[in-house]
Amino acid sequence: MQTVKMVITGPFAAGKTEFIQTISEIAVVATERKITDFTKAIKDNTTVAMDFGRITVDDDLVLYLFGTPGQKRFDFMWEILSEGMLGFIVLVDSTRSETFKEARQIIDIFRTFSNTPFVVAANKQDLEDAWPPEDLRIMLDLEPHIKVLPCVATDRESVKTVLLELLYSILETYEDDEEEQFEADTETN
Amino acid sequence: MALKGKLQDIRLTQFLNLVKLARKTGCLSLRSSQGNAILFFREGKLVHAALTKNANEEPGGDLYTLLVRSGKVQASQIDAVFPNGASADDKQLGMRLINAGLVSRNDILRIVRKNMLDVVYETLTWEEGAFEFQPNATPPPERLAVPITLDNIILEGDRHREEMVELKEDLPSLDITLRFAEGPRANLVNINLSPDEWRVISFINPRHSVADIARYSGLSEFETRRIVHKLLKNGLVEVAGKATVQEAAAGNSHSRSRAARTTATKRQQSRPAGRRPAMKPKRPDVEKSVVNRLIKFIRGL
Repeated sequence: MQTVKMVITGPFAAGKTEFIQTISEIAVVATERKITDFTKAIKDNTTVAMDFGRITVDDDLVLYLFGTPGQKRFDFMWEILSEGMLGFIVLVDSTRSETFKEARQIIDIFRTFSNTPFVVAANKQDLEDAWPPEDLRIMLDLEPHIKVLPCVATDRESVKTVLLELLYSILETYEDDEEEQFEADTETN
Repeated sequence: MALKGKLQDIRLTQFLNLVKLARKTGCLSLRSSQGNAILFFREGKLVHAALTKNANEEPGGDLYTLLVRSGKVQASQIDAVFPNGASADDKQLGMRLINAGLVSRNDILRIVRKNMLDVVYETLTWEEGAFEFQPNATPPPERLAVPITLDNIILEGDRHREEMVELKEDLPSLDITLRFAEGPRANLVNINLSPDEWRVISFINPRHSVADIARYSGLSEFETRRIVHKLLKNGLVEVAGKATVQEAAAGNSHSRSRAARTTATKRQQSRPAGRRPAMKPKRPDVEKSVVNRLIKFIRGL
């Protein structure tokens, strides 16, 4: 049986656990603990090691979703989690502009681990104060080819769309390779 | 849908860049311990700006106040040709004053533009406070809207901000009072002063704080601070009140280079870590058919 994985990352309280819970076929193996420090004002529990979700495609193929811990002191986990991933999703809470800078740093760090495709999911788009995805693109200083998608992590269709968009971006890497190979072949002939 | 945030998290130049790139129309309200300001934009251009230092007051930015503060005309002159000028519509007031030959159209545009730039440069030095952007809000109809592109403001803004950090290091408080130096160190021959420097000098008096001088001269705090700093360094004036000035009169170059280093370090830190030119994403080590199977499955979920 083949297993593949995607990593869901983003700043603290961006909605990573909800995102995985919404799509996973198993109850998410969450490693959450009660928060005791100042961040308690934002939420009560946080992921301390990782979240783990699963989507079984068939008897031969399983997709694992790994959510990174949001708090900085667990960032040593990121590199381990990112090893061998198909791609990654950066979840950003669109209503908390104070986390945008951190989101940008996370993107930069993950890009140093692996040059796999990624998309940015602008979460909590159902809330009134959400920054629109296109504004988020500018604030995160993202290149035009990187997808910034509207997202509501508790909505299954929305989560599906984000996962599919990442898979389409992954698919494009094969097509680019095929094009390059074709060009190389036609040059040599 | 309002865009909200804090200046501690998002620098104003970053937000102005968003307004420029997304060609936004709306009103940006800023509330800080240093005052309240409103900046109006139309399709990515600044069109109106106003500021108040009083936290309990709403920024005004009316033409009457701007003209009087600029020294171009006196309140009594305006009142003579337009008795209700202080509460009048800016356009009406402007037309009346142009027709009376008190100011020209260019004078008005120059003064309004200068005020808008002063406001935005002043707010660019604010390091804390909250902002809120209301899309599609337009300036009050009674105010003049003069479009200014943001490109130069963003570039100049960064420079202003750095300069302000240095100035604040040497001249941290505007509560000090000044007097002319009794034994000036500087060679007082061949000193050239700009009109703005003359305006500051004309208000130097041990009873006036630097903040008072800014208010009386109609110059922004940034401009006033810069001029006072220069006068102190040249030894033309000295601190009369309780000095909170650090090394300014001595023109300490060590402090300047330290400030420059601090600014450079801060700039470095504010830059995203490890930002690199875009690289083409690499293909994962799985068969293409695996990705296609995942897509098919998730679509059907």
